[in-house]
Amino acid sequence: MPMSLEATDTKKKSNGSPALDIYLPPERKKIDDGGKPHVVAKNFSIYYGEFEAVKKVNADILSKYVTAIIGPSGCGKSTFLRAINRMNDLIPNCHTTGALMFDGEDVYGKFTDEVLLRKKIGMVFQKPNPFPKSIFDNIAYGPRLHGVRDRKTLEGIVEQSLRKAALWDEVSDRLDKNALGLSGGQQQRLCVARTLAVEPEILLLDEPTSALDPKATAKIEDLIQELRGSYTIMIVTHNMQQASRVSDHTMFFYEGVLVEHAPTSELFTRPKDQMTEDYITGRFS
Amino acid sequence: MNLGTRKLLDHSFSALGFGSIVIMGLALLVVLTPIVSKGIGALVFQGTIEHRKILLNEFQRGDANAIGLQEAEANEYRQNAFAMLAAFDQELDQMEWSEQSKYRNNYDQVKKALRHLFGPIPGDTEPALTRFRYGQTRWDKAEEALHELLYEQKWDYSNPDVIAKPYYVSRATEFEGTSLVKLFSYVEENLDKMMLPEWTFYWGFITDKSIDAHFFGGIWPEIQGTIFLALGAMLFAFPLGVIAAIYFTEYAKDGFLTSMLRSANSTLAGVPSIVFGLFGLAFFINTMHVSHSKSVLAGSLTLAIMILPTIIRAAEEAILAVPKTYKEASLGLGSTKWNTIVTVILPAALPGILTGGVISLGRAAGETAPIIFTAAVSVGTAIGIGDVLNSPTPALSWNIYNLASEHEAAAEIRHVQYGMVLSLVSIVLLLNLSAIILRARISKKLKG
Repeated sequence: MPMSLEATDTKKKSNGSPALDIYLPPERKKIDDGGKPHVVAKNFSIYYGEFEAVKKVNADILSKYVTAIIGPSGCGKSTFLRAINRMNDLIPNCHTTGALMFDGEDVYGKFTDEVLLRKKIGMVFQKPNPFPKSIFDNIAYGPRLHGVRDRKTLEGIVEQSLRKAALWDEVSDRLDKNALGLSGGQQQRLCVARTLAVEPEILLLDEPTSALDPKATAKIEDLIQELRGSYTIMIVTHNMQQASRVSDHTMFFYEGVLVEHAPTSELFTRPKDQMTEDYITGRFS
Repeated sequence: MNLGTRKLLDHSFSALGFGSIVIMGLALLVVLTPIVSKGIGALVFQGTIEHRKILLNEFQRGDANAIGLQEAEANEYRQNAFAMLAAFDQELDQMEWSEQSKYRNNYDQVKKALRHLFGPIPGDTEPALTRFRYGQTRWDKAEEALHELLYEQKWDYSNPDVIAKPYYVSRATEFEGTSLVKLFSYVEENLDKMMLPEWTFYWGFITDKSIDAHFFGGIWPEIQGTIFLALGAMLFAFPLGVIAAIYFTEYAKDGFLTSMLRSANSTLAGVPSIVFGLFGLAFFINTMHVSHSKSVLAGSLTLAIMILPTIIRAAEEAILAVPKTYKEASLGLGSTKWNTIVTVILPAALPGILTGGVISLGRAAGETAPIIFTAAVSVGTAIGIGDVLNSPTPALSWNIYNLASEHEAAAEIRHVQYGMVLSLVSIVLLLNLSAIILRARISKKLKG
């Protein structure tokens, strides 16, 4: 699925709807070693019991780019995201059909180790969820799980992860304090840092800013830009401006169906589907 | 509904709530006041010279010289009384036989009362039981014994329609015209010089062994037995309960078997404790032969079965109260289920689990029925930790019942019973208090 990522002169080519102008995506650089299909869905459906929450999705998620998933509430976007690292296993009666491949390996294969999978596909949740432990122990939790015992190495990982999550300067002097004492925005960045500490390949963000104030939201968005190019990032968001600001590609879900999947610059300016246009122009939500 | 009515309703509801809290507080006060005031009486009282003699002879405590001097001082006054007895003995010998028999019976009662008050009187052989070797150790008891000496209790059977009423006849009038009359007024006037009461803080009540079935000494065997039984029960029930709770909350799939197990657990919580006691006897001792007869081990196992449902329930609630997000975060980082449970869920649930545990510990300490057939004996010494597998033990709860109803001289040693009640209530209250503090501390640590 070849897709043009070059910034296009969107204003001229826009279909004339003034509402779309507010979503003018910023210019984005091409990533040299990215763009390979990292996660591939083929006729992938997710069921809650009898109910088909995600219907026969076909999509390639390209590596090292940011993919946003938008859609009205209950459209299956979070369900799809959580299916990628099998967090839906926690929900009883949830099963899938079709195929979901990660790096050429079947995510729902019989012999897939979901624990190893989740190490490679990290996730940040809607509400900041640090453990009730110190900041250091929060970040070191993952590496410790995977066998890092040496204090020096751990300290290195903690600092590196916090720096990547742009939190180091704010917390470096109180690593031994309880993480629950941080502000909401800081907690969320801590959760990003905690995920980065296990060196994942993919970062799944499930509405990471919906519980944050605008200032903290901006910081998280900046962080996503920083991480773009190093990790494949998928972000579920309700905020379409946010999707247009941070993502290279956008997937629009409606009632479990992937309606449109296109480069963000196109989807927000020249949507092919009438439903997409209606949604992003706010005719329904 | 208009504003006035709404406000009136609001006020009456808050008044109702306040009223019920006041009533609860008063009820607690009514219960606790006698427990505390009478229980304290076992530790703080006016001890007589007899009390000090026991401490010296049986526990080797106290200043032997000082006590010897006091004893000599008290004996000086007692000798006068005993001299009056000797004089009356002679007087009695010189009387006519018919005259003698008039006094003989009453005179024996006087001697008995004197022995009760002062211990053996001159001419007695050394009594076999410790309880008869000493007089009254407490001033309040000495005054009761004095009353016994001064008055004879008789029963009024004149009206056959009502239960006979007691009435008292002065012994001085019974012995009118003999030399013994002097004795009563002499003892009454000089009792304090014969007993030498002093305010005593008998700390040993908590830490001393009991002498001669609680006539003297302390209640340490009971306290130690209670501690052994409760801790033993926790040793079995706590790990088992927490593991069961983890199974229920994290592993069990909703189905017929799980709901059966859950309702079995709830039913177990509602079974009367005496049934557990019989079960413990039938199962642990008679069937499993964990010990030859009653033992701390069998009692602990029985108590463990009894508190297990409470621990499971508390741990289950605590685990369910841990935010799901913790679990998601941990699993999302590539943690295994077991690892998530151990490193994230259990630490976060710890305050609730421990609270449930400590409250169960309090319950295990206070229960009587389960240990009647499995562990408790009425009289015994403190057992060593090595004997828990096959020795029974006295325990506070059982011995309170025993002293209240089955002891041969329950009325004589009422103060010991009150002391035991206070000790048990204190132990349970302390445990519950420590549960509250523990919970607050861990919660604070978790919240940062």
